[in-house]
Amino acid sequence: MSILSGLTCRFNVVALVEKESEMEEKVLLDDTDRKLVELTQSGLPLVSRPYDEIAQGLGIGVSEVISRMKKMQDSGVIRRIAAVPNHYALGYKANGMTVWNVPDEKVNELGHKVGQLDFVSHCYHRPRFLPEWPYNLFAMVHAHNRDEARLLVDKIAEVIGADDHGHDILFSTQILKKTGLRFNN
Amino acid sequence: MDSLDRKIINLLQKGFPLSEQPYLEVAQQLGIEEETLIERLSHLLENKTLSRFGPMYDAQKLGGAFSLVAIRVPDEDYDRVTEIVNSFREVAHNYRRDHDLNMWFVLATDSPEKIDAVNSQIEKKSGLKVYNMPKLDEYFIGLNLPV
Repeated sequence: MSILSGLTCRFNVVALVEKESEMEEKVLLDDTDRKLVELTQSGLPLVSRPYDEIAQGLGIGVSEVISRMKKMQDSGVIRRIAAVPNHYALGYKANGMTVWNVPDEKVNELGHKVGQLDFVSHCYHRPRFLPEWPYNLFAMVHAHNRDEARLLVDKIAEVIGADDHGHDILFSTQILKKTGLRFNN
Repeated sequence: MDSLDRKIINLLQKGFPLSEQPYLEVAQQLGIEEETLIERLSHLLENKTLSRFGPMYDAQKLGGAFSLVAIRVPDEDYDRVTEIVNSFREVAHNYRRDHDLNMWFVLATDSPEKIDAVNSQIEKKSGLKVYNMPKLDEYFIGLNLPV
């Protein structure tokens, strides 16, 4: 390794740490990792040895595929390997975006608590737009119908307690566009 | 969907092994044959009971930038603004919601600067203010829907 590439590596590490503090974490992936992402982003092969099939596509061994994916799991690039149900097909037809006005100094603590509720699929801290949009904590809930969704709102309200300075639920009434996310190199 | 399908969905929502014969492992846990699991899973994907099966990537960690954006669209202008917003390939999802801020879309770009660029184009073309709400912190992503 030349001195120059050694320096580049160090700069990359610094950049990574700085970005992490901005909540914009990026993980360094090599070309093989990127090809692996491309090959698996639409799903795993439905064959007895799925990782072997991916390995063949990449021209590497199956143990390398497994160890690369394990590494991506550990660094959070892969959130998890799992089945994702189509909530409409399963009867969860009321999808509500619940939004909460909580004190900024408590949003992290409360966000973690709300995120732990098993009916919450996404939970984020987002900026307010005062005065018309006072909400800084977002939690998506999925229920069979709107009444059931409102009961889930009550459960979240219980968790937030006295720090709930106002909340609302926004139901989706129409999907205007839905395309999957795709990553290309 | 029968009780075996339900068991499969409930188990696979929680995770899938990284091993040489992962379907065999899961099938043994369920007390069924490996081929049965693969057949059932294929069927659940085909009939769209499952929308995905495989690794879920954190797009932001792969280098992308994302934001949730809201607009207050007058009812009489809704179709025109929908057309403008949807015409941007950076708009990944767009939902109508029952609120005064009644259009909510997700932007996916390869850099944060592009998020701002798309937003200002949407503002210019629609004549409406956009409310850009990128995530500041993430507490949880994932879903377990018991069936």
